[in-house]
Amino acid sequence: MKVDETLPLEYSTEENQLKILGFWIFLGAEIALFSTLFAVYFTLENRFGTGPSAQEIFHMPPVMIETILLLTSSFTIGLGIHAMRLGLKKAMMAFFVITLVLGLGFLGVEIYEFVTYVNEGATIQTSAFLSSLMTLLGTHGLHVTFGLFWGTAILLQVRKRGLTPETANKSFIFSLYWHFLDVVWIFIFSFVYLKGLMVL
Amino acid sequence: MDTHHEQQFLILNEPMILAAMISIVVGGLSIFIGLTYFKKWGYLWREWITTVDHKKIGVMYILVALIMLFRGGVDALLMRGQTAMPENGLLDAQHYNEIFTTHGVIMILFMAMPFIIGLMNVVTPLQIGARDVAFPRLNSVSFWLFAAGAGLFNISFIIGGSPDAGWSAYFPLASLEFSPTVGNNYYALSLQIAGLGTLMTGINFVVTILKMRAPGMTLMKMPMFTWSVLITNVIIVFAFPVLTVALALMTMDRQFGTKFFAMQDGGMDMLWANLFWVWGHPEVYIVILPAFGIYSEIISTFARKNLYGYKSMVISMVAISLLSFVVWAHHFYTMGHGVMVNSVFSITTMLIAVPTGVKIFNWLLTLHKGKISFTTPMLYSLAFIPIFTIGGVTGVMLAMASADYQYHNTMFLVAHFHYVLIPGTVFAVIAGFHFWFPKVFGFRLNEKLGKLGFWFITISFNVAFFPLFILGLNGMTRRMYTYSESTGYGPLNMLSFIGAVGLGIGFIILVYNLYWSIRYSPRDESGDPWDARSLEWATHSPVPVYNFAKVPKINELDAFWFAKKNNESLNDEPYEKIHMPSNSGMPFLMSGAFFAAGFCAVFSWWIPAIVFTLLIFVFMGLRSFEQDHGYYISVEEVERTERELGGDKE
Repeated sequence: MKVDETLPLEYSTEENQLKILGFWIFLGAEIALFSTLFAVYFTLENRFGTGPSAQEIFHMPPVMIETILLLTSSFTIGLGIHAMRLGLKKAMMAFFVITLVLGLGFLGVEIYEFVTYVNEGATIQTSAFLSSLMTLLGTHGLHVTFGLFWGTAILLQVRKRGLTPETANKSFIFSLYWHFLDVVWIFIFSFVYLKGLMVL
Repeated sequence: MDTHHEQQFLILNEPMILAAMISIVVGGLSIFIGLTYFKKWGYLWREWITTVDHKKIGVMYILVALIMLFRGGVDALLMRGQTAMPENGLLDAQHYNEIFTTHGVIMILFMAMPFIIGLMNVVTPLQIGARDVAFPRLNSVSFWLFAAGAGLFNISFIIGGSPDAGWSAYFPLASLEFSPTVGNNYYALSLQIAGLGTLMTGINFVVTILKMRAPGMTLMKMPMFTWSVLITNVIIVFAFPVLTVALALMTMDRQFGTKFFAMQDGGMDMLWANLFWVWGHPEVYIVILPAFGIYSEIISTFARKNLYGYKSMVISMVAISLLSFVVWAHHFYTMGHGVMVNSVFSITTMLIAVPTGVKIFNWLLTLHKGKISFTTPMLYSLAFIPIFTIGGVTGVMLAMASADYQYHNTMFLVAHFHYVLIPGTVFAVIAGFHFWFPKVFGFRLNEKLGKLGFWFITISFNVAFFPLFILGLNGMTRRMYTYSESTGYGPLNMLSFIGAVGLGIGFIILVYNLYWSIRYSPRDESGDPWDARSLEWATHSPVPVYNFAKVPKINELDAFWFAKKNNESLNDEPYEKIHMPSNSGMPFLMSGAFFAAGFCAVFSWWIPAIVFTLLIFVFMGLRSFEQDHGYYISVEEVERTERELGGDKE
């Protein structure tokens, strides 16, 4: 394996460069996936039948907490990658742990939000609006859940093997994924929750 | 939700299905016994199942595609047999519905796609002078997911019943209410699994082509087939996620009671039609653009000229790929959108004829004043041009929204898309199969049998499908399982059936040619039996595992051709050790878990489905912790292999 010392560790081998480009293209596909889910949501958002409408079920406080947790986690993983570039293994791991804990907090609040909806009689089967809402949120939530396991697996590898071209590459790619989930959430926050609460 | 208990698990009351089931069991058993008797299990595992070699993966794709061609072909023969005479009783309405559904799904997704992807796998890395694709392990995952999806779809007709709502599975027909069997669960889950594999192929090939080209090969010096593969895979990356979502919503509506496409509680059935065709129309171009690439290679090779209008070819393909995403509503002009929407989609659809026409003229001008040799692949390419043009022109007729009210869902449409897909895609993959066969196996298919097959297929194709244009204009609708004698549809349908039988014979000749050539065809010659132009012909046939002993250096389009003419070498440097990826059984086992999870989910057996899904994640975890850096082939071994294969090749 040829290692190019002039590049950051995560870009230092040809294989690493291929993987980073491949992941960017995968994120392109993910954008197509979430765009489709948003399109479905926008088509169905006012078709709530006999069930509740967006204004009736959206509560801002848990959504604000989710937003703050996820945005902060995107910042901390950025710090983690910065620490990785400086070769600070411990600091990098600490920032990754904080990121995952914040992600776990986000997920907890989101589950609480779903339970609240169901208790109010708003289930995924109630109306097309709720089907599309919960599928969009659920797909994002499943991505976060997957990220928690993935991030943990990478942390274990960094702890055991140190910062090698391979582990650095994985960590960097994971950070791209995590930022992406944050971007999707910004769209959900703006165009699902804020839009849903607007009185037109 | 729980509908499976009211229907049969094994379909035993249909004699035809029972016979198929018995033949599958007997066939499977004889393969099992054969492998055991000849002690080939280890070979199969080491050389094929665990392989990450793009050439072998390509061969496996094509093998499955050929089997699926016959499965889909039998469906076609049954349909044409049923409609050959008025009031025919070969199939009942339900069975006919299942068969036209599986015919469509199998031919598009499990025959055309894998055939194209198989050729892509075999040829693309060789054409750009690479040692493999960017992610060889992922490539194996792609293939095995496709195989799992194809397997799951194919068992539907003996276990639980096939889907019967058409390949486009429109709601509300495909909803639980109107399609209560598990058939459409199979549809959603098997396409989902195979589609994941296709998406990974898309990512893999985009990275391969963007990052792994031989030194000096800029984008505008790439062979045209590689260009078509690049554009196709970009379409795959952006179109397949839409299918993923659509199928997931279908599964949720049918099995979890959501209301996306429902008739009440705010659901919208037309949403499915839109989602399906937002994927479905680009899908048409996914199977046609690589075909254009194949024809470009073959026509320039056998006209002994460089391709006319290289730049305009590339621009046309990019234009087609962009337009492919903005034409989807033309599939349902008659389903209630207004004049404005119909007009816009009518114009975008007709626009596609422009870049396609540019390509047709480029091929004609490549032929102009060429020294044409009429080989089997060239015959298919030459037949493609006029026949495909008929398909294209009738497409423009259908593109006119107001006229489409007359043709919509008639046999005219059926004739049109067969006139596009068969000379477009099927002729191309057969031509490519004949053309690149010697590269993979080291000997050519017999030309005499090849040409016989060509004439059978081409003539029979026209006999089978031209009458459908007339039947459609006379008012015969598609998907109609029988008709009365007074309609007068009988004679032309009989003619079409005769053509269908001829097509079947043509494909049997094709396979017989394969058998004959394996036994008797003289072994090759050089690595370049056609005196061709691009880099895949610069190495040995069969291709050694590392593809190129020395990576060729390129300075122009068709560099290999000019190096040949000037007796130059594409790389004079000494051998170096070669890094190769290791084989792995994990993709196969993981796809097994996908298959099992999919099968259980079809029948709503959620607990085992969840267990198998967790198993998938276990495999992903194992992969994450695995440390596999591949292996090296030493300089001595490269030298030895090259000597055995007969001389120095770049």
